[in-house]
Amino acid sequence: MIGICSYGTYVPIYRIKIDEIARVWGEDCDAIKNGLGIYEKSVPDEDEDATTIAVEAAREAVSRVKIDPKEIGAIFVGSESHPYAVKPTSTIVGEALGVGNNYFTADLEFACKAGTAAMQICYAMVKAEMIKFGLAIGTDTAQAKPGDALEYSAAAGGAAFLIGKDPIAEIEATYSYTSDTPDFWRRELQPYPSHGGRFTGEPAYFRHIVNAAKGLMEKFGYSSKDFKYAVFHQPNAKFPLKVAKMLGFGGEQTSQSLLVSVIGNTYSASSLIGLCAVLDVAEPDERILLVSFGSGAGSDAFSIRVTDRIIDFPREPKVWDKVSKKIYIDYALYLKHRGKIRI
Amino acid sequence: MIPSFWRKIKYRYDLIGTHCKKCGRYYYPPRNLCPRCRRKGEIEEVKLPEKGKVLSYTVVYERCPVVIALIELENGTKILSQLSCKPEEVKDGMEVVRVFRKYGETSDDGIIYYGTKFVPCY
Repeated sequence: MIGICSYGTYVPIYRIKIDEIARVWGEDCDAIKNGLGIYEKSVPDEDEDATTIAVEAAREAVSRVKIDPKEIGAIFVGSESHPYAVKPTSTIVGEALGVGNNYFTADLEFACKAGTAAMQICYAMVKAEMIKFGLAIGTDTAQAKPGDALEYSAAAGGAAFLIGKDPIAEIEATYSYTSDTPDFWRRELQPYPSHGGRFTGEPAYFRHIVNAAKGLMEKFGYSSKDFKYAVFHQPNAKFPLKVAKMLGFGGEQTSQSLLVSVIGNTYSASSLIGLCAVLDVAEPDERILLVSFGSGAGSDAFSIRVTDRIIDFPREPKVWDKVSKKIYIDYALYLKHRGKIRI
Repeated sequence: MIPSFWRKIKYRYDLIGTHCKKCGRYYYPPRNLCPRCRRKGEIEEVKLPEKGKVLSYTVVYERCPVVIALIELENGTKILSQLSCKPEEVKDGMEVVRVFRKYGETSDDGIIYYGTKFVPCY
C-alpha cells in the first residue's frame, strides 16, 4: 500500500484585503468579491519566497513522522515562481532538511499542477522500489502585474507530502488529462504572466478537470458517491464549485477544502493545501478525490483512501486554524513585500 | 563570498551548533574548541531546539528597520539572530521560533543567501 505518510503546509501570515487592492485601482470591490468569491489573499514577507515556503512546509511534514531525513530518496518541488531560472529549489530544500547527498531530485514547472506531478513521480518511484520515501512539494509566491485581474487572487503558500509505504492515506489510483491549451503563460525574461481571460475557463480549467476526474472514475470504477470529499484546484471560489456540480459533487463534499476565499490562489499549492485541510479531519476508510489543474494545460486526478494510521497521526495545528492567524497590510506594504518598489 | 557562505550552509540552514561533553555548554555558531574547557573539552555537533525567548533586542534603522535579538533557546543556548517581524511587535520575553528565510542577495543576477531567522510564535 503506497500513499501519503505525512503532510505539511505553510501559508505566510500577511494578508491583503480585496477591498484594499480595489481601492487603489478604483474598481468596484463588491463586484470583484462577488465575481471571484475571494475576500483576502496571503502575501509573503520580504524575506520569503517559493524556496523558504517549501522548506517550512516540508519541515512540518517530516516533523510529524519519526523518520531519519536521510531515508528520503527523492525530492521534487513544483512551482511557477522558483527563485532561480537556473539552479534548483529542491537542492536547497534537501540541504535544509538534512537529507544528505544521495537523493533523486528536480524542480518541476507546470503552472498550478506541478505539485501533483511531483506526487505522481514520488508514487511511481516508491512503487518501483527505487526509494523508500519521496517528498513532493507544491509552492508558490504567485506573480501578478499591478492592476491586472490576477492581482486579486495571486497568493503565496506551500504544501508538502511524504510519499511512501504504510501511509495514512493510500493513493488508490491516479489519472491525467493533458493537452496543448495556451490559456496562461509567462515568456522568458517577463516578470509577470499573461492569460487568455475567459479562455482560461471552459477550454482550459473545466475541460481538463472534468476529463481527468471522469477518466479516473471510469477507468477505476468510481462514482461521485464513493467520495466523502472532493478537492479541486482553486483559482477562485466559483470555478471549483461549478466543476464540482458538473461532476455530481455537492457542497458538503467540497467545503472543507475551499480555502481560496481567505488565502487566495496559491497556484502549485492550491489544491494541495485543500487536500491537507481535508486530511486534517478525515476518518479511516473515507475516500478523497483530488484534481489539480495547471495551465498549458493539464489535470492530475487522484483517488485517495484514508487508512487506520490517520488515527495516531499528529494533525495539529490544522490548516484552517493556521490560516486564521493573520496580519493585514495595506497596498503600499504589499508592494514592498513583493519587491515591486525599486530603489 | 560564495565559498565562505557555502562552507557554512549546514549551520545556517538549520540550528546545528556544538556541545561540550565535558562541561555541558552549547555554542551557536558552532565552535571547534570549548572556550572554557580548552584542550580538555570534547566538542560534538548537535541540533539545537527550535524555540526560545527574546532576552534583549535592538532595532537597526538603515533603509528598513531590522530587528536583531539575543535569544535563549529552550536548552539555554544563547544566540544572536535577526527576528523577522515589525519593530513594534518585539518585546523582551517574547516566545520565538526558528524559520527558514532569505538573508539577502548580492544583486539581481547574484546568489540568493538563505538561512535561519526567528519569528514570534503567533
